Amino acid sequence: MIHVLKPGLLTTIQDFGRYGHQKHGVIASGVMDQEAYRIANLLVGNEQHAPVLEVTLMGPVLEFQQDVCLSICGGDLTPMVNGERVGTWKPLYIKQGSELRFGKPKTGFRAYLAVAGGFDIPLTMNSASTYIRAGIGGHQGRPLEKGDVLEPSDFSHLSNRVMEQLKADTGDSSFHEASWYVGHDFNHNGYTKDPIRIMPGREYDWFDEESRGRLTSETFNINSKSDRMGYRLTGCRLSAVEERDLLSEAVTFGTIQVPAEGNPIILLADRQTTGGYPKIAQVASVDLPRLAQMRPGESFSFTMITHEEAQRLYLQQEKDIKLLARGIEMKLK
Amino acid sequence: MDWSLHPLGDQAVLIEFGNEISEEINQTVQAAASSLDEWQPEWMIEYIPAFTTVTLFYDPLYIANHKTSRNQLPYDWVHHQVSQFLSTLTIKESGSARTVEIPVCYGGELGPDLSYVAEKNGLTEEEVIEKHMNGDYLVYMIGFAPGFPYIGGMDPAIATPRRKDPRLKIPSGTVGIAGAQTGVYPLETPGGWQLIGRTPSKMFDPSNEESPTLLQAGDRIQFKRITQEEYENLKEGGE
Repeated sequence: MIHVLKPGLLTTIQDFGRYGHQKHGVIASGVMDQEAYRIANLLVGNEQHAPVLEVTLMGPVLEFQQDVCLSICGGDLTPMVNGERVGTWKPLYIKQGSELRFGKPKTGFRAYLAVAGGFDIPLTMNSASTYIRAGIGGHQGRPLEKGDVLEPSDFSHLSNRVMEQLKADTGDSSFHEASWYVGHDFNHNGYTKDPIRIMPGREYDWFDEESRGRLTSETFNINSKSDRMGYRLTGCRLSAVEERDLLSEAVTFGTIQVPAEGNPIILLADRQTTGGYPKIAQVASVDLPRLAQMRPGESFSFTMITHEEAQRLYLQQEKDIKLLARGIEMKLK
Repeated sequence: MDWSLHPLGDQAVLIEFGNEISEEINQTVQAAASSLDEWQPEWMIEYIPAFTTVTLFYDPLYIANHKTSRNQLPYDWVHHQVSQFLSTLTIKESGSARTVEIPVCYGGELGPDLSYVAEKNGLTEEEVIEKHMNGDYLVYMIGFAPGFPYIGGMDPAIATPRRKDPRLKIPSGTVGIAGAQTGVYPLETPGGWQLIGRTPSKMFDPSNEESPTLLQAGDRIQFKRITQEEYENLKEGGE
């Protein structure tokens, strides 16, 4: 059992997302940084899409009533076990009675906490992701609160191996971390300032030449009203050549739409299924994890690539993750 | 039937059948959606139908691993597959559409803006209710919230602009008017609609995995007037 002593700013159970019901208007939800999420699961021997905790900026305080093996990937929000700093992007073994808390956030915005076995959460419409507005999924359909109790599911064979191995090295201490961690190619340490790669959206041509130019020449700032549904950007306004009505149609993770007032919005994990604003661009899938680690108040810029490049980059990234998964498996065995 | 294909990011393709709201185009959308249900190719993740489009989400990795040769882009492969699919798509005669009856208790505390809608349009409250019940309603699409229907066919005589100060909480089941549209709120949400009544029917039921929403795109709607007492009884019976 894992006791929630303090919930943190916004800590929710998420998995890969709720797919198959968007036609019913049910949003996809799911983790914001899919890469960190998948790797967190791999590090504790879970299947990649097991439910995890998505921790936002100010982390929770958790008390373990049993021995656990866990990993924390994504932003470095300064995790500490029994007051001692522990590393991210590696498996950890923690003994019963220990406490995990987070300090001052160092890099990134969200961390993913995976436990060996995954969190035992009943699936709603095929997903464990928390959909707060509908009150479904996750832990009772809401973010964690003080006093909540979470249970890990049964371990996989591989999880068991990790557990036994780390346990053997723990000795008398209350916890032990693996001596290795996932390299910089994946953990974006410091989260680079490279421009976010985008491709033209379906209504790209609706925008005047000046606005299209500004999209990639100017810097945008993530507004404080941003959330898991979307990043609201300020910096320079983009305007359509003419005011035309657009019929609502499907949008997706990373769609950049521009309402009439001209400030773009990047749609994220908790986006609605459909939208009626002109779509100037679309963030390449490979850059969504990096975007998800940016904090409100941060500035960044865009660079344009082709749709073809975006898809090739995606396939390459999947290849890299597959290799990494094999590497981790070797380490764990 | 005309159609064109457009990429939506690197993992979806949008099929466009037209660019105006019409029952005919929407019928094609519904036909494509039900054919996709039958087809269910293993590389498709899901699809989202809208007024004049169907967007198909696919798995580029699966396609690259199982379907394409070394250098072919998954999008190009999907483009070809979907084009073939569309060339064999047939539109079935209408008449197969379901009619879903939605009981509504109009006015009173469940429909606090009914009098405003009446006054604004120079009608009595009874006339507004009459006109709202007699509309020939078609659900064009579901979006915005789980089970939220975009409904066409409301009598323009009861069209009313949105409130200037949106309410922070509109209870689920509320029936409202916004401009020339009418709709039913499946979840408690903030909103600026004029509230004319409430239905005891559950618009969204996540425990029903097969069909979690009362309404589906392509449905016809018949609003049926009920009393407050009937509303309370149905509400209790339903929960």
